[in-house]
Amino acid sequence: MTILTVGSSHAASPQAVSKPLTFLEEVEAATPGNSRLSMCIQCGTCGGSCPSAADMDHTPRQIFAMIRAGLRDEVLSSNTPWFCVSCYYCTVRCPQEIHITDIMYTLKRLSVQARKYDDSRAPDFSRQFITWVENYGRAYELGLMSLFILRHNPFGAIRMAPMGMGMVTKGRLDFTPKSIKGIDGLKAILAKAKELEVSNEV
Amino acid sequence: MSEQRIGVYVCHCGSNIAGMVDVADVAQWAAGHLKDRGVVIARDYKFMCSSTGQELIEKDIKDLGLTRVVVAACSPHLHEATFRKACANAGLNPYLCELVSIREQDSWVHTDRAAATEKAKAIVSGGVERVRYNEPLEPLTVPIHPATLIVGGGIAGIQAALEIADAGFPVYLVEKEPSIGGHMAQFDKTFPTLDCSACILTPKMVSVGSHPNITMMTWSEVEKVEGYVGNFTVTVRKKARSVNTDLCTGCGVCQEKCPRRVIDDVYEAGLGYRKAIYTPFPQAVPKWPVIDRENCIFFERGTCKACQKFCPTGAIAFEQQDEIVTINVGNIILATGFDLFDPRRIPQYGYGRLANVFTSLEFERLSNAAGPTNGHVVLRDGVTEPQQVAIVHCVGSRDRKYNNYCSNICCMQSLKFAHLVKEHCPGATVYQFYIDMRTPSKGYDEFYQRGLEEGTLFVRGRVAEVTDAARLPGEEGKLIVQVEDTLAGKQRRIPVDMVILSCGLEPRRGAKELAKVFGISCSADGWYIEKHPKLDPIATMTEGIFIAGCAQGPKDIPASVAQGAAAAARVLGRIQQKQIALEPIRATVNEDKCSGCRVCNELCPYNAIVFHADRGVSEVNPALCQGCGTCVAACPAGAISGTGFSNEQIFAQLDGLLMNNISKSSVPA
Amino acid sequence: MKYSFFPGCSLERNAAAYLQSTLAIAKPLDLDFQEVEDWNCCGATEYISLNKTAAFALIARNLAQAAKADGLKEMAVPCSACYLNLRKVDKYLGEDARLYKNVSTALAAGGLSYQPGSVTARHLLDIVVNDVGYSAIQAKVTKPLKGLRLAPYYGCFIVRPGFGEWDSQEYPTSLDRLLKVLGAEVIDFPMKAHCCGGHMTQVSEATGMEMIRRLIKGAVDYRADAIVTVCPMCQMNLDAFQPNMNRFFRTSYQMPILYFTQMMGIAFGMDAAALGFGSEFISARPVLAKIGVEAPPEQPAPKKSRRDDKSLPMPKMGEQ
Repeated sequence: MTILTVGSSHAASPQAVSKPLTFLEEVEAATPGNSRLSMCIQCGTCGGSCPSAADMDHTPRQIFAMIRAGLRDEVLSSNTPWFCVSCYYCTVRCPQEIHITDIMYTLKRLSVQARKYDDSRAPDFSRQFITWVENYGRAYELGLMSLFILRHNPFGAIRMAPMGMGMVTKGRLDFTPKSIKGIDGLKAILAKAKELEVSNEV
Repeated sequence: MSEQRIGVYVCHCGSNIAGMVDVADVAQWAAGHLKDRGVVIARDYKFMCSSTGQELIEKDIKDLGLTRVVVAACSPHLHEATFRKACANAGLNPYLCELVSIREQDSWVHTDRAAATEKAKAIVSGGVERVRYNEPLEPLTVPIHPATLIVGGGIAGIQAALEIADAGFPVYLVEKEPSIGGHMAQFDKTFPTLDCSACILTPKMVSVGSHPNITMMTWSEVEKVEGYVGNFTVTVRKKARSVNTDLCTGCGVCQEKCPRRVIDDVYEAGLGYRKAIYTPFPQAVPKWPVIDRENCIFFERGTCKACQKFCPTGAIAFEQQDEIVTINVGNIILATGFDLFDPRRIPQYGYGRLANVFTSLEFERLSNAAGPTNGHVVLRDGVTEPQQVAIVHCVGSRDRKYNNYCSNICCMQSLKFAHLVKEHCPGATVYQFYIDMRTPSKGYDEFYQRGLEEGTLFVRGRVAEVTDAARLPGEEGKLIVQVEDTLAGKQRRIPVDMVILSCGLEPRRGAKELAKVFGISCSADGWYIEKHPKLDPIATMTEGIFIAGCAQGPKDIPASVAQGAAAAARVLGRIQQKQIALEPIRATVNEDKCSGCRVCNELCPYNAIVFHADRGVSEVNPALCQGCGTCVAACPAGAISGTGFSNEQIFAQLDGLLMNNISKSSVPA
Repeated sequence: MKYSFFPGCSLERNAAAYLQSTLAIAKPLDLDFQEVEDWNCCGATEYISLNKTAAFALIARNLAQAAKADGLKEMAVPCSACYLNLRKVDKYLGEDARLYKNVSTALAAGGLSYQPGSVTARHLLDIVVNDVGYSAIQAKVTKPLKGLRLAPYYGCFIVRPGFGEWDSQEYPTSLDRLLKVLGAEVIDFPMKAHCCGGHMTQVSEATGMEMIRRLIKGAVDYRADAIVTVCPMCQMNLDAFQPNMNRFFRTSYQMPILYFTQMMGIAFGMDAAALGFGSEFISARPVLAKIGVEAPPEQPAPKKSRRDDKSLPMPKMGEQ
């Protein structure tokens, strides 16, 4: 459980007393801006709009009910945030103007930290993508795809082969990663940012 | 000034004030520190507004010969009248009493007891200094004209009109459509009794139409309102009907023969047609048609005149002009009703693009036996009966992006629609999609039970979208309602033939402009603002102007009727009193100081200032003046003063608040 | 008109056709693009899934770099994901004081700084339809796309959550109007603002393939000749993954997926090769062949006589 100073992002209580946050408060504090998560009336518009809801363990609405109920483990072991495609339909249709997509990103981050989510495909895909960005400053698809497929779906590589060949023959694939000039500066920036995140528990 | 004898009364208000302010200390402080300022007695008491509390004041006035009274308690909005009356009972002019708030302005907004107590002392001190300059005032009484104007001929306006007219007083009923009846005339059945709407409405309409005390002005609009409570002068534009009402028998031949067919956007909700000369519906009151000049062939190109040719009494009068009528009334009731939320603002529901998505009013017309399909509930092709129907709640309501509020009637209306679909289309499957089921009034939850018994399938989930993009087998050619069934916890795609949107209620499109004409205010949502949301929903802040029905906020027919009757009762009370006392807090122009610059004339929101050209000075009409103080502040010469809020009073109160008066007096330790 | 230009990683290779056609149409439309100096990857939807402050800092570096270009407050962004990220970060840095403080400290470690509001990211489509304008575009059309039925496909990021509110979040029409101005017949594609699925093809093949299938099927149901897109991710999903999707569902769709800038270039009379044609998986040759060819007239629906026509009037819709 995270210990944070109450009153950071809420207008509610002015006391500066440190006490353990509820899971709801933790999620709200870890989301940039004002997510309005506590305004949910459980209408189900988000779950109704979501294009990938059929494949989720829990609908987005159920996740919010579970967050409010403090079911941290269940939420962070759910596949729901990983099946969010960030289409923002939920966010623009929510009658209470809750920043649902931003909350899904928060849940992804918390889920990785908590290490309760069983299927590593989605987190690994992001990790692979990020590795290239952090070392070169640019995305590198061939690197991302080859390492990801080898790790997660080596036999599926055969099925992907025609598409891979197509990408090559149509000149849509770089064989080597590109690098930005200011890669050292970028590395310093990212390192500093990560340091601040941990120390401030932001 | 002669020495005043001031009584100070500090109220505990239970723990509301005493919980934060040391009231005993304040009273004691006033008795000591303000003795030189005229305070002869200072008391604290648990509830000053109680009869015992009031008697304390009355007794002191009599026994101690008090000349001024300061009560430190709640806001003047609540009990100023109470304490003024107490003073009056004891023989002291009520305007020599000041109520200063140490509750809303002090105990309720602070958390530091010491600071709150000191502030209370300052507030009392300010009150004492101000009251020294209070003058005895007499309220202004104005007569009440016995006639009443009612704007809006819907059920609320009709109810109010009948109540006042039955009591024997004249009523002018102004309605902008050719007939009275309002939205209720469009409905098929009403919940929860499933009475035929027209059947219960038309008898009242007929009563209005034939009532000796009611002057109906339909196809008319109010253009200007001048005057003040008891004495309004209203200018009404009676638009030209192009029909001589003395000759017209209402036979309807003109409508039959008229060759120009137009979509009826108002009564038929765009689903049916009318002619260029028309009465909106057969039971229209009055029965005389009007010519829609924008769509009439004669007014377009000078030809046709079929109506005139066939009219058996020669009642068609193309040359008729609008008539401007001026009426005098004592009170006004605004009952202008609502408009429906436009669901084209929610593109994902498909209204306007997908043919078989209907609004609530469109469905009422389909279901109504006198409607464009003679009561057959059919798809937009006009022929096919739907097999599956979806009814969607909360369209444009309870949504921060459209209207934050709940529209009150949609849950019940949706239940009614479900029943009507099952009645008209036997064997049809009906789905109802809701967030909550709101069925609070008499017979309402029982109606919900009936819905369940009749086999309506309720799905708790706010509809995400209505689409024709088929994805799965069985969806081709259907409208698909995509929703999360929150109770089952799964997203569902439900194929239906017809979707009915229970659209929210909104204020009339022209409500804001109309409010300006009458000098009342609208809330942020656009509904007319009542004097007090709990205790006075039918009065406004403007004396003599009342509101009733959906103009005040979304509500069902029983509530509209009750409000119409309530407004009528209030008006009848005023009429019976024959006169009304107006607050003497008014502005007056010191003619010696007035330079005739007329800056104040244009600034007055109540048009209460007249300019006398012969003397070159402005004068405030005390009956129209509401004491807002705008002119007082604006006058460059400082020539305008407010009785009850003079410059002396205000500066004195400031002095008192700042405790400057204390240094003037010798302070006992 | 001068703008900063943020191509994004995809336009370098995968969506080179988009870059090529963008630069080709820029000239006749008097659009002067100045590439942001040493820009880095925006992180797409990946970086922010694992980091918060670092993800914002990653994107803020681009804003800081763009802010260096004197006087160029507006930045043209062809890729929808980059556009959303750049816009979102600028907004949140302005609203969340604590986040801004941390991101500023991080940027300083790389010798950079950024003041929120200094640079406004604008999607290329926004600039084309709103700054250049439909009439100016129509004036450049020499080869109207007559005979083509096109499905305008916006995807999600360009209209949602809707930074700048320059088109409807649910039912956008700017691309529809653009294609009409180019002379094509535009279908009323109900899926036009639905998501292509992003990286779901890798995370859950069934989900990803289904989301692609819905879009292709939607366009085929309306007998579109091609889908016109505004985003490299959408193009790749619908085009490069179309054969995979066909295999998965045992369908045999052949729907070409083209960039709106490519269609503009064709309508301006430019050579297809100069607009990046040929790099698509589903060949665009049938589409190009159809332009200017009169389509056979459709059998008109038998007109009902007024007496037999019982249909009810439809509500009026405003100017699209």
